[in-house]
Amino acid sequence: MRMRTIELGVGAFIFAGFLALVVLIVNVSGLTLSTNEEGYRIYARFENIGGLTVRSKVTISGVAIGKVTNITIDPDALKALVEMEIEPQYDYLTLDSSAAILTAGLLGEKYIGISVGADEEMMADGDEIEDTQSALVLEELIGKFLFNKVNE
Amino acid sequence: MIDQLQALGFTGLNKLAALGRSFIMLFHSLCYFPNPRVGFPLLIKQLHFVGVLSLIIIVVSGLFIGMVLSLQGYTILVDYGSEQAVGQMVALSLVRELSPVVAGLLFAGRAGSALTAEIGLMKATEQLSSMEMIGVDPLRRIVAPRFWAGFISLPLLSMIFSVVGIWGGLLVGVDWLGIYEGSFWANMQAAVDFRIDVLNGIIKAIVFGYVVTWIAVFQGYDCIPTSEGISQATTKTVVYSSLSILGVDFLLTALMFGDL
Amino acid sequence: MDSLDDYIIEIEGMTFSRGERAIFDNISLRIPQGKVTAIMGPSGTGKTTLLKLIGGQIRPDSGCIRVEGLDIPKLNRGELFEIRSRMGMLFQSGALFSDLSVFENVAFPLRVHTQLPEDMIRDLVFMKLQSVGLRGAVELMPSELSGGMARRVALARAIALDPDILMYDEPFTGQDPIAMGVLVKLIKTLNKTLGHTSIVVSHDIQETLSIADYIYLVADGHVVAQGTTQELLAETSPKVKQFMQGLPDGPVPFHFDAPDYLQDMLGGEQ
Repeated sequence: MRMRTIELGVGAFIFAGFLALVVLIVNVSGLTLSTNEEGYRIYARFENIGGLTVRSKVTISGVAIGKVTNITIDPDALKALVEMEIEPQYDYLTLDSSAAILTAGLLGEKYIGISVGADEEMMADGDEIEDTQSALVLEELIGKFLFNKVNE
Repeated sequence: MIDQLQALGFTGLNKLAALGRSFIMLFHSLCYFPNPRVGFPLLIKQLHFVGVLSLIIIVVSGLFIGMVLSLQGYTILVDYGSEQAVGQMVALSLVRELSPVVAGLLFAGRAGSALTAEIGLMKATEQLSSMEMIGVDPLRRIVAPRFWAGFISLPLLSMIFSVVGIWGGLLVGVDWLGIYEGSFWANMQAAVDFRIDVLNGIIKAIVFGYVVTWIAVFQGYDCIPTSEGISQATTKTVVYSSLSILGVDFLLTALMFGDL
Repeated sequence: MDSLDDYIIEIEGMTFSRGERAIFDNISLRIPQGKVTAIMGPSGTGKTTLLKLIGGQIRPDSGCIRVEGLDIPKLNRGELFEIRSRMGMLFQSGALFSDLSVFENVAFPLRVHTQLPEDMIRDLVFMKLQSVGLRGAVELMPSELSGGMARRVALARAIALDPDILMYDEPFTGQDPIAMGVLVKLIKTLNKTLGHTSIVVSHDIQETLSIADYIYLVADGHVVAQGTTQELLAETSPKVKQFMQGLPDGPVPFHFDAPDYLQDMLGGEQ
């Protein structure tokens, strides 16, 4: 019957649409349920954040463990205050960890790399990383290099 | 001079009146979500007409656009040694922009114009009037199912477009140009965020579905019931809905990604 | 006319204009119950518009249109759809729903307005189609019908709900003589057997005169003449005579309004 083929076609169409949605969710955006879990927040102050933006990733040895959630200026120290959200399963950041703003490749995006120290105590929500290293700004680097050359 | 001013005012008033009529029509037809007994078969028929029949053009163009994106992206990115980013580029541009916009434009051309012509023809052959005289509101019987069908179809079509496009990109990037498949997916998954990218793309598609069907149905319903009027209305549908898609897309992009 | 109470439709002082142009100017007419009333007049005098006004599809600027005592322009959407279920209208083109078969077309009003079981609907549809002589075409689609057949199916659809009022919009236009004869016979017999009121809008004089009990002649937004067939044929006013006898020139001029011919030809370039 004609109505039957139409209904079949529409059913398949709607099914295909939702299948596409599932593919988009699982394969393309790599959404996992764990991202819904609240991580804990830590802070770090930097002299210069270069091109770091909200949603940049936070890594240990290049493995993403969280993301930047907010960037403001600390009015007292006049430094950039970066708020990061670390996923809860990474609970072994020591208090003397250091954070550096790194670049993926020569022109790639900026991200934060954390090196874990040797302290006994671990970081908790609201703690701050004291030991920070600012972004390398290419212009400054070139400027210094030229300045040294002139001085020689 | 005065005459021209008057003509301008006349046109302006006419456009405004048409806009008003279209809002009334929108309101009336949205009130009638198809009820299970009578409406569902009608809705199914229209879903077939605007959705299933648009599938081929959507799939084919999605595939080719994905392939082209992949190829173009590769030739540029390979110079910087970052050809792994092709997956991310293809996925982001498809999910955020190209799927809703291109699927919307194709939908306007394929389904929108057909809707206008069909309703216009019904008007010209007095089918709408006679339905009214039988005591059935044509807004309910003719317009509302088409409205909902367009509204449901485009988001689905857009998502299918995305997936087929990404698959096309994978085909060219991985199988042909030899990008490592793992990094293709990994880069894509790292860059594409469900809420920010996928969901916003779907919202765009929903809005476009709305805009296109609204314009198409209204142009058909409001056309001058002659063969000339119908052909004019069909052209108007394609032009207006294409322009609205592009304009609304900019607006939505600014709202979603522009940190406004 | 039998008595004054027997008017099913009364139009009083109704004015309707489209843009600047007045289609009807303070027009009044009454349609007697159970009879065939013809509304005649030259093309473009708004005869179809009159039917749409009666059906409430458009609203007049002023005046009232009473159908079975209800003032149409004052009804709301719901009441309007209610009263329309008691009116049938046969459109000029038939206006069959092109995506439905002949059966579904005739069944359409039944399905919408009644909760009858399927086998009863089937019987009713076959009865209605039998009365217009097209029971054999029940499986066809509207695109497979000839113009005359389409109009007969539309007639079957219009009488599906046994309406009180049946309106025919130019039923004879563009029909071959046989189809025309069939329609004339159908309008007459249906009116007799079903006992509804028929309103025929037409400018086909011979056919209309042969079935109409009462005739209104409308021109320039007014009722120019009214009466039975004999009364109208006996009318001597030039306007009526021109129309009834189909003369090319008369009060309705052969030439469309234009500046003086000689001046136009000599004036040339201005």
